[in-house]
Amino acid sequence: MNPLVELNNITVKAQNKTILDIPEFQICAGEFLGIMGPNGAGKSTLLKVLAFLEKQSGGEILYRGKVIPKGNVPLELRRKFSIALQQSLLLDGTVFHNIAIGLTLRKLPKGDIKDKVAHWLELFGISHLAKKNALYLSGGEAQRVNLARAMIVEPEILFLDEPFSALDFPTKIKLMEDFKGIIETARTTAVFVSHDLMEINYLTNRLAIIVNGEVKQSGPTPRVLEHPNSSTASFLNEWKKFYPLAR
Amino acid sequence: MELLIDGIKKAIDMILSGDREVFAITWLTLKVCLISILISTFIGLPLGIFLGLTRFKGRRILLLFINIGMGLPPVVAGLWITMLLWRSGPLGDLTLLYSPTAIVMAQILVSLPIVTSLTCTAFQQISEKMLLQIKALGATRMQTLIILIKQLKIAILAAIMAGFGRVIAEVGAAMMVGGNILGDTRILTTTIVMEVSKGNFDIALALSFILLSLALLITAALTFLQQRKRIS
Repeated sequence: MNPLVELNNITVKAQNKTILDIPEFQICAGEFLGIMGPNGAGKSTLLKVLAFLEKQSGGEILYRGKVIPKGNVPLELRRKFSIALQQSLLLDGTVFHNIAIGLTLRKLPKGDIKDKVAHWLELFGISHLAKKNALYLSGGEAQRVNLARAMIVEPEILFLDEPFSALDFPTKIKLMEDFKGIIETARTTAVFVSHDLMEINYLTNRLAIIVNGEVKQSGPTPRVLEHPNSSTASFLNEWKKFYPLAR
Repeated sequence: MELLIDGIKKAIDMILSGDREVFAITWLTLKVCLISILISTFIGLPLGIFLGLTRFKGRRILLLFINIGMGLPPVVAGLWITMLLWRSGPLGDLTLLYSPTAIVMAQILVSLPIVTSLTCTAFQQISEKMLLQIKALGATRMQTLIILIKQLKIAILAAIMAGFGRVIAEVGAAMMVGGNILGDTRILTTTIVMEVSKGNFDIALALSFILLSLALLITAALTFLQQRKRIS
C-alpha cells in the first residue's frame, strides 16, 4: 500500500522534554489506523503532527512521497484532512450551518452545499435537527454533527481524537455502529486515537501502541492485541481484563 | 416630583419647538460620541483580539495598563489631552484645544481601554482546542477571525456598549478640553453642568432626558444587533 503520510525521525519537544520520538511511521491509503496508549503517552500530539496541525521539532513529514516544509503547510494540503475531537466544539448556529462550515470555507456554491449537507444529515440520522441550534444538542447528537462536519469535506484522511469517549455506553455503541458503516462505504482513510480497547478493537484494522512518546508496537489490530510485545503487554493486559477480544 | 414632571414637559417643549440651540448641542453630542466610539472600536477591537489570542513578552504589563485605563478618571484624561494640545504642548501647533476634535480625543482616551480590555477578555476565553478545530476545518487566518468575531458577537457588542456608555456620560474631560463654548464645543453633559450651576434645574432636567433618550436609542440599536437571530 502506498503511504499517504510518512514520518521520518520526528521529534516533538516542549520545555526541554521530549513528547514524541518517532523514527518511522506511515499512514497508508484505505486503512483505519488506531493509536492507543496510556494518558500522556503522546497520542494526541502524534495525531496533530500527522494532520499538519502541530509543528515537529525535528525530522521530516512526507505527503505522497513529497517532503512538506516545516511550518509552511499549504492550505490545499491542510484541506485534504479533517479532524473530529473528543469535545464536539460546535459553533453557535444551526446544525445545518455547522455541518456546512467546511464547505463554506472552501467557497463551494450554495446549491452544492445544500445538497451535500442534506446527504450527510441523512447518513448520520440527524435530518430532523437541521434547523436546531447546535449548542443545545445532547452529547450523542452533538458528536453526530461533529462527525458529519468532518466527513462532509470528503477528507483524504480523517483524524479522530477520542470522539466517542465522552458518550454513555448505549449512545456510544449506536454511534460507532453507524459510523463504521458510513466510513466503510465512503472508504475514507482514518486515524483514530483512543485509550479504549473496545473502540479500537471494533473500528480499526491496524494498531500502533504508543508509550512515553515512542511507538512501541504496530501491526494489524488483532495481531497486536493478541500478541503484545514486552513494551506493550502491561498496558494491553490491563485492558484485556475488562474486554474480551472477539471482533 | 413636580420638578421631574416640569423637566419632562420642558424636554418635550424643547424638542417640539425646534429649539435650534438644543438641536445643535444634541447633534454635536451625538456626533462626538459616535466618532469617539467608532474610533475606539476601530482601534480597540483588533488590539483586543490580538491581545486575547496571542502571547508575547510584555503582554501582561500592557494588559495591566489597559485595565488601569478602564478606570481612568475623565478629569485626568482631560488634563493629559489639554497638556498635549496646549499652545506649548507637543501638538500645540495643531490648535485643537477647545474644539470638538479635542473632546473626541479625550473620549477615545477613556473608552478605548474599555473596548480593548473587554474584547481581549472575550477572545481569551476561546480554547486552544476550538482554534485547532477551526484550523482543521480548513479556515485561513482571516476566515478564523471572521468565525470568532461572529461567535463572540454578543461579547464584542457588549464591549462597544460599555465604551459608548462611558463616552456619553463623560463630562469632566469634555469640559476641560472643549471649554463648553456655545455653538462650538457645548455638548449635553457640559450644558447640564452649566445649567445646574446657574440654578436652572428645569432646563438641566430637560436636557438630561434628551441625553438619556439618546443613550437609550443607541444602546437599543446595539442590543438589537447583539440579540437578533438567536436560534434555539
